[in-house]
Amino acid sequence: MIRIQDVSKIFGQTRALQSIDLTIPAGLTTVLIGQSGCGKSTILRLIIGLLQADSGSIYFEETKITPEVVISLRRRMGYVIQEGGLFPHLTAYGNIAMMAHYLGWNNERIRKRLNELTELTSFPSDGLDRFPVQLSGGQQQRVSLMRALMLDPDVLLLDEPLGALDPMIRADLQVDLKRIFQALGKTVVLVTHDIAEAGFFGNVITLLRDGKILQKGTLEDLVQSPADSFVTRFINAQRSPLEVMRKDFK
Amino acid sequence: MKTYLFVIHMFVCNIIIAYFFPLAVYSSTLEIKIGSKKFTESVILGEIATHLVKSAGEQPIHLRELGGTRVLWNALLKGEIDIYPEYTGTISEEILAGEGVRSDEEIRQALMKRGIKMTNALGFNNTYAIGMKGEVAEKLKIQKISDLRLHPDLKFGFGNEFMDRGDGWPILRRHYNLPQQNVRGLDHDLAYRGLEKGTIQAIDIYSTDAKIRYYNLRLLEDDLNHFPAYNAVILYRSDLEERAPHVVTVLKKIESKIPESEMVKMNSRANMEMVPENRIAADFLSEGLSLETESYEETAISRLLRHTREHLYLVAISLSAAILISIPLGIVSAKRPKSGQIILGIVGVIQTIPSLALLVFMIPLLGIGGPPAITALFLYSLLPIVRNTYTGLHDIRPHIRESAEALGLPPGARLRLVELPMVSRSILAGIKTSAVINIGTATLGALIGAGGYGQLILTGIRLDNISLILQGAVPAAALALIVQGSFEALERFFVPKGLRLKPAA
Repeated sequence: MIRIQDVSKIFGQTRALQSIDLTIPAGLTTVLIGQSGCGKSTILRLIIGLLQADSGSIYFEETKITPEVVISLRRRMGYVIQEGGLFPHLTAYGNIAMMAHYLGWNNERIRKRLNELTELTSFPSDGLDRFPVQLSGGQQQRVSLMRALMLDPDVLLLDEPLGALDPMIRADLQVDLKRIFQALGKTVVLVTHDIAEAGFFGNVITLLRDGKILQKGTLEDLVQSPADSFVTRFINAQRSPLEVMRKDFK
Repeated sequence: MKTYLFVIHMFVCNIIIAYFFPLAVYSSTLEIKIGSKKFTESVILGEIATHLVKSAGEQPIHLRELGGTRVLWNALLKGEIDIYPEYTGTISEEILAGEGVRSDEEIRQALMKRGIKMTNALGFNNTYAIGMKGEVAEKLKIQKISDLRLHPDLKFGFGNEFMDRGDGWPILRRHYNLPQQNVRGLDHDLAYRGLEKGTIQAIDIYSTDAKIRYYNLRLLEDDLNHFPAYNAVILYRSDLEERAPHVVTVLKKIESKIPESEMVKMNSRANMEMVPENRIAADFLSEGLSLETESYEETAISRLLRHTREHLYLVAISLSAAILISIPLGIVSAKRPKSGQIILGIVGVIQTIPSLALLVFMIPLLGIGGPPAITALFLYSLLPIVRNTYTGLHDIRPHIRESAEALGLPPGARLRLVELPMVSRSILAGIKTSAVINIGTATLGALIGAGGYGQLILTGIRLDNISLILQGAVPAAALALIVQGSFEALERFFVPKGLRLKPAA
């Protein structure tokens, strides 16, 4: 679906990405994981065209992503970020339907699509008239997801979509998201720093470090045959509460 | 979105209507514009001319208290006014300074070359003189200007015009060899108060000034014959003889008809008894020339309404234009940082020019009256709106900006649908600031003949009438408050509801 070919990106003195090659397969969920600053968000921002690569190229299907074509390609991708990025001056409805209005959809078509989306994301339909400040964090992210899905894009890009939520809401939304991904069968690229979340969603996990790809595979691959000691340390750094308890009682 | 378009439409109509059809008069009578300087005698003579023009069946417009000699003279040359009262001494010593014209005949010929004509003398000689408080002069035994040589410590306060005219202080000092160093320029009307308080001991004065008796002033004898004769005359454009010969004929009716005693009496009625100048002028014409004219006594209410209309006219056009220009300038500044530096720099520098100076700069470019005042006010209203638009756009949080971009909206649509609505509050705050500055500064417009509340303040200063000053100052302040309040009410209309809500607890 998306092919990243020998892409590098430098911010000032920092080499954010160093000749990355990566193929995002259609219909699967690809997870990009790593520490802060490893370049995982940068890859997402390059795909959606918020940034331009210093060298190398990115293809969406067979089209090379350039500033000239990026506006039309963006309408085939949905993008969700950690803070939601909702427009505060518009209601949930206004946020979700903005692009459809802009593209001249009629009200009937918009209403129909909204019904599908509120059902899919279990969003209460009376919440559509609320403004972002009147919604909880979890609901804001559902609105943000509906906005991304409105035009029925081929690809969904999510940049730590659950990062700002508290654990209970986060767990609920994880389950909902996974169900949605499976129901839609879309190509998904999800960025996270949480290895458990990566394992929960990811068909393929790509671990990055300092702008380079360290290892690609399933969670099992990463645990059982780590490419180097950093992979093991990264996985072990996030221990589960049960594991902590077991150690304490020994 | 529709509301924005509606409001823009409103502003544009505002400008077009007001600029191109200013208080249109549809009639066959000629409009004759009369100017007067900013002192009472000139205003009275202007009113007399106004009545005369009316009696000739034409439509007079009196631009009162326009300023000093230069402003009136240039306005006459450009045809912005047709008629104004002047003094022969001022013509020879200031307007035609350096040409060595002295006699009336020489003056006439020099004026003719410039397309200007002059009536014969009206009768009185309002020469410049040096005046002191009677008691002070008595104590120091000063009778003549040359006596001042013996008192080098005296402080002088002269009108700004007298400080640098051809027969003014520098030449007077040389002529009499005066030693005084402490000499300052100040508004003529304020000089009397300085004299009264003792902060200055001598001032320049007009010999027909009504305040001579009121303040018990002694006029010092011009023993070395420094000052030329200042015979009052009326100047008019020579093309008036072709356009309206009958107007010129009636103007000549007052030649030799105003003796010095009559002028002093009229000045005194205006300054001491607060009789309106137009009443004084009508009485004079009726008694002296048996010419009955209708004296339009303006009530305080109708005068207030007229000045309100003039003031709103200045403010509405200049502010509407400023809003239409500033918002795009602010957008360009935010989107194109390099041009932005230049735009913000220029607009900022304009704001540092003192408003009085800005108004005066406009005179050579645009003459007198509404257009130069509106232009100056427009320039003055730019900065707050440009700066607030720029800052608002600049401070939109990156994740909001990027979300709009990632949706696939082109730049124009991002600006219209997301960025501008988000900065509406900031832009409105800028407009509010501009409106308040604009309304306050517009009071200075009266100095260049644009009318408004400033006219009342100006007349109040001239007549030393606090009540009149307040009649101009209070409505100006009230108007500023009302306009500010209206813009606050507009927030409900312009600022999207989502931005006015407080976050849920």
